[in-house]
Amino acid sequence: MTAVHLGMPTLPTAPRGVGHLRGTRSFPDEARDSLRNGQLRANLGHATTTIRGKRAGVVAELPDWEQLRQAGAALKRATMARLDDHLEELERQVTARGGTVHWARDANEANEIVVRLAREAGAREVVKVKSMATQEIGLNEALEAAGIDAFETDLAELIVQLGEDKPSHILVPAIHKNRSEVREIFARTMPDVDPDLTDDPRQLAMAARAHLRERFLRATFAVSGANFAVAETGTLSVVESEGNGRMCLTLPDTLVTVMGIEKLVPTWRDLEVFLQLLPRSSTGERMNPYTSTWAGVTPGDGPQDFHLVLLDNGRTAVLADEVGREALNCIRCSACLNVCPVYERAGGHAYGSVYPGPIGAILSPQLTGVEDNASLPYASSLCGACYDVCPVAIDIPSILVHLRAEHVEAQTHPTAESTAFAALARVMSRPRLWRAAQRAAGLGRFLSRGKPVLPRLPGPAAGWTRSRDLPTPPAETFQQWWAKENGGGRS
Amino acid sequence: MKVAVFATCLVDTLTPQVGIATVRLLQRLGHEVVVPPGQSCCGQMHVNTGYRRDAVSIVANHVRAFAGSDVIVSPSGSCVASIHHQQAQVARRAGDTALAEAAQELAGRTYELSQFLVDVLGVTDVGASYPHRVTYHPTCHSLRLLRVGDRPLQLLRAVRGLDLVELPGAEQCCGFGGTFAVKNAETSTAMLTDKMAAVLSTHAEVCTAGDASCLLHIGGGLTRLTSGTRTVHLAEILASTDGARTATQVTQPAVLA
Ligand code: SF4
Repeated sequence: MTAVHLGMPTLPTAPRGVGHLRGTRSFPDEARDSLRNGQLRANLGHATTTIRGKRAGVVAELPDWEQLRQAGAALKRATMARLDDHLEELERQVTARGGTVHWARDANEANEIVVRLAREAGAREVVKVKSMATQEIGLNEALEAAGIDAFETDLAELIVQLGEDKPSHILVPAIHKNRSEVREIFARTMPDVDPDLTDDPRQLAMAARAHLRERFLRATFAVSGANFAVAETGTLSVVESEGNGRMCLTLPDTLVTVMGIEKLVPTWRDLEVFLQLLPRSSTGERMNPYTSTWAGVTPGDGPQDFHLVLLDNGRTAVLADEVGREALNCIRCSACLNVCPVYERAGGHAYGSVYPGPIGAILSPQLTGVEDNASLPYASSLCGACYDVCPVAIDIPSILVHLRAEHVEAQTHPTAESTAFAALARVMSRPRLWRAAQRAAGLGRFLSRGKPVLPRLPGPAAGWTRSRDLPTPPAETFQQWWAKENGGGRS
Repeated sequence: MKVAVFATCLVDTLTPQVGIATVRLLQRLGHEVVVPPGQSCCGQMHVNTGYRRDAVSIVANHVRAFAGSDVIVSPSGSCVASIHHQQAQVARRAGDTALAEAAQELAGRTYELSQFLVDVLGVTDVGASYPHRVTYHPTCHSLRLLRVGDRPLQLLRAVRGLDLVELPGAEQCCGFGGTFAVKNAETSTAMLTDKMAAVLSTHAEVCTAGDASCLLHIGGGLTRLTSGTRTVHLAEILASTDGARTATQVTQPAVLA
């Protein structure tokens, strides 16, 4: 609607057939299966409860949290309003410091650029810093197709890769696995692993370290994402906990950073706000252990060839939507996932996208076009817990409701549901018809044959009555009672 | 004060006892109560399911029905939140500025029951008596959209004979979410199951809340399990007095904690 409103042509969304933004089944179908997985429910329930508590504790320490949050939201809003100018400034600054900037319209272009750069550098293998953007575009698959091995170095991402699994959380991709499951994966897939490996977290971390160390030392080519880019100096930044990211960012000869165009902040001062908001919201720490920043190339220090790939992949289309564009303000802290009662039960895979949880439910459908992810905006009870914790105050419930309407309004033919809602609206806006309809609802009493609850119902109502009773409608509505009480008796 | 009651479509049709209790309570507190006859629905279900265009005529009807009312009180945090946060927006998006302004203005005169009692009337002891073991579920929209805070608890604490027990994980959603309960029935049921487990762990006879919709959901689950715990709207508890109580209402917890 906004695109039309602005008189702009429809902007391209993320292309089909590449990357990981679309599932094969709808959310309710996926959730029906995952909800039956008791181990998953236990793992997720435990992990999200723990991290929720940690976050709440460290956020409560800051008396000015709400002001910080509003500052974060305001900075993002102002940045997005002039994103084109800031991006060009970023390009100028990165170039001036010896880096090369590439503009990728979509996943295919971004993958082609990275594959080409790897080939030019003669790399047969690539080490990777945990990155959502490269997961989004399916870079590992593209590299593999070109005969180049990609090694994930983030511990949780490594667990997912070794287990031939999919990430289910944006910060802890293996959150759905517990430590004995992790031990099993390591024991099965790591060539030189100690056969007596236990599920002690320290032992598991040491096994991963030994496994990765060798790869860091021989790697010549690294790919990363970015948490932030500072336009005024062309500086990129990665925030992490393990230090594996820093190994990748400093040891290889060539570094390619793939970054969504929305990750940019105009100035260093802006970083001050986000570096306070992010760690407390994501890992529940006051400060994250490793914050790496780099600008272009420094002779004799770190990678001597640096490339920045600026990825659109549907983001400009999101930016054009006045309501939905707020989703681009996300700093990927994952706080909204950790508090979401739907995510906690259904798990991240049910969302069918690398972006699960509340943020995924508003971001994936916008990047792909809402019809390609039409069930996601409905995958929420609109409880609002996500909005409350979001460090940049993204009103996720309102965007979910907006996207539901975009889906409804995209239909070219009436559906059974739209016909029913239109009829109901006609009735509800005409008091006489409404009272007649209520009397008809009262007829539902006959269905229950004197019992206090209705029998199980057919059609869409079956979804309710399979697990919940519906009370038998009363003999008299509230308004009928009122009219009788007050002598009118009319209805 | 002359108070207009907006019952909500759900209370009007399915749980009239909640509307009746709201009327009785306000009358007992000495106010003149009216029930404007043109009322039906606030439009929330349409908006939240994606039918914001269809919702415009419902909003217009709501605004028309309450045009002459100075103060409107409703026993639903969710519907009042929709009146405050959605009605004007929906009208504005449809290009009906006059309706948007009227809706905005109406929202300023519309209160959720516990907020009206505590903030406008300044009472926490409404003279109620309810000798039961009760646990309170803060519904999501009351909690996060309207920020009613502990007002319902203040009111419950002042009720004679009421034994208030804290609900573990109180702020977790019960899984209702309007059409979510049908479109994502399994996930909704999983959330409900955990909510019911928490309610039952309190050994309360009654689970109360400020929204009839969430109570319909929790109550529908509890009766399906043939549980002895029932759901009762906050308005019904606050409307109860010694005189209004029947012998059968005086019960003990079925299971002792
Ligand atoms: S939407 Fe907000 S809470 Fe969710 S990941 Fe993004 S920044 Fe964090």
